[in-house]
Amino acid sequence: MCGIIGFIDRTKSKIDGSSIKAGLSLMNERGSGDGAGYAAYGIYPEYANYYALHVFFDNLDEPKKKVDELLQQWGEIVHQEEIPNTPQMGIKKVHIPWRYFFKPSEDLTGKIASEKDVITYLVMQVNANVKGATIFSSGKNMGVFKASGWPEDVANFYRIEDYKGYVWLAHNRYPTNSPGWWGGAHPFNLLNWSVVHNGEITSYGTNQRYVEGFGYKCTLFTDTEVVAYLLDLLGRQHELPHEMIVRALAPPFWDDIDHMPAREAELNKAIRLTYGSALMNGPFAIVVGTDDGIVGFTDRIKLRPLVVGENGNRLYISSEEAAIRGLDPEVKNVYTPRAGEPIIGRFIE
Amino acid sequence: MIEMKTTRIDAKGIHYTPLNQKIRAAIADGAGEIILDNVLGQRFIGSGLKSKVLITINGVPGGDLGMFMSGPICIVNGNAEHAPGNTMDSGMLVIHGSAGDAVSHSMRGGKVFIRDNIGYRGGIHMKQYEEESRPILVVGGTAHSFLGEYMAGGLVLVLGIGKGKSIIDRGIGSGIHGGEIIIRGEVDDYLLGVGAKKFKFNESDLERIAPVIKSFCEHFKLDSAAFLDTNYTRIAPESSRPFANKYVWE
Repeated sequence: MCGIIGFIDRTKSKIDGSSIKAGLSLMNERGSGDGAGYAAYGIYPEYANYYALHVFFDNLDEPKKKVDELLQQWGEIVHQEEIPNTPQMGIKKVHIPWRYFFKPSEDLTGKIASEKDVITYLVMQVNANVKGATIFSSGKNMGVFKASGWPEDVANFYRIEDYKGYVWLAHNRYPTNSPGWWGGAHPFNLLNWSVVHNGEITSYGTNQRYVEGFGYKCTLFTDTEVVAYLLDLLGRQHELPHEMIVRALAPPFWDDIDHMPAREAELNKAIRLTYGSALMNGPFAIVVGTDDGIVGFTDRIKLRPLVVGENGNRLYISSEEAAIRGLDPEVKNVYTPRAGEPIIGRFIE
Repeated sequence: MIEMKTTRIDAKGIHYTPLNQKIRAAIADGAGEIILDNVLGQRFIGSGLKSKVLITINGVPGGDLGMFMSGPICIVNGNAEHAPGNTMDSGMLVIHGSAGDAVSHSMRGGKVFIRDNIGYRGGIHMKQYEEESRPILVVGGTAHSFLGEYMAGGLVLVLGIGKGKSIIDRGIGSGIHGGEIIIRGEVDDYLLGVGAKKFKFNESDLERIAPVIKSFCEHFKLDSAAFLDTNYTRIAPESSRPFANKYVWE
């Protein structure tokens, strides 16, 4: 059991993290104090052209030296600092949260590898090979803030009310199959893909083998990590639209496909055959943050709850209606989507 | 006639434990009616209560509303979240809105009336004790997959008000081995779950469920005449042991 929230303002009007914190804390029952986190988009406009790399360091000596060297080898660090934080009674600061604003060198990108390929490579390199360092956020003009603790404590630790974003994700963790540690808290992120998840990915082994064939490395000891890499593979590398990504990850059953009109059945068969190894099994409700907005969906038989609410340009997705109403008491059109149905909130140009 | 004592509680910002303590204290103090204002996500409201109290809930109560409840009537002016009526013994929940997944989970008696829609697995594991304790779940709108899953007793009725088809999701009555699911209009065969079978809905069935329809319509101010015909599909167990061949080799 976990509690999740997704928020988008389609006109990119920003809200600060205080109401997200309040909404999430209404679902404290869904967590166990072993992890919470937030992702916010639109928070670093002054560094919008740089990748914001958020890193957990065990110490600022050897691991940081290695990360500094690697980044300097691959590009330019325009600014770096400890992510501002305030000690909390409920949080044992076992890592130092650090952020770099970084741009890969143009000499190393362009022909074969894009900037994003370089960033992906660096994230995998650090997380697999640099002991005492974990890059947990690597997008542009966005960032993940997470730790072991209760939602309010984690929010207060990072002073979440100081950040203003037009997309927010939030997560309250109740770890069941893996240890509660800072890197295991949600959101999981790669580039501008962020994921909050309630449930289990029982197909993790299959999915992990699949993404590892494309160079991704699963190093964070928990199933949700693989979802971020599946999104990057299908969304960025294969350029599938969001609706098709959801169709690949949570496809209709074969006997449902049999009842579809011919063209639709053909498309769904093709997706299932192509992306059989990306299919996610098990109970899950997920909200994804992307460059273009947010996407929410559940497993095919709806083993985890998901509620949607709208108010003008604002779309809310959460595990519980109360969290949405806590965020926005004026919310209208509250409903529960069907299993596997993608709920998509995009920016209005 | 003795005048009923009414207690009003503002639930704003209160965790469910102190809120439920206040409700119990009000009952101990002789309240016959309790009105809860500004309810937002508090779980277990009315859970385990054994009394004839009327509880009006203004807002959105959290999960497991009326769990293990014996006797009270809860009127919700808003939606409910997951599993209202979980293992409820007797009494009634009337929800002026929709509810989440697993409504009436393992319910053993009493009534749950939902004006609009419910989520997945409504009526899962509902059971009954002979005729004296027979739970009833009525849904005004639609219900999603696995309605009446593993159902062992009781009645689930779906009216499909405002819907072209009352139910369009699969797995109805999957593993049902007792009780009955009655759905307004036709139900496509492929929507039936393992062990569920369609039966013709006849006049004697209507006679049996007419009081339930009338009561539901009374609560939500609907014209019951519009529902008192035989345009229903009755779904009941194919056998009392739908998985006999799966687990037992004789």
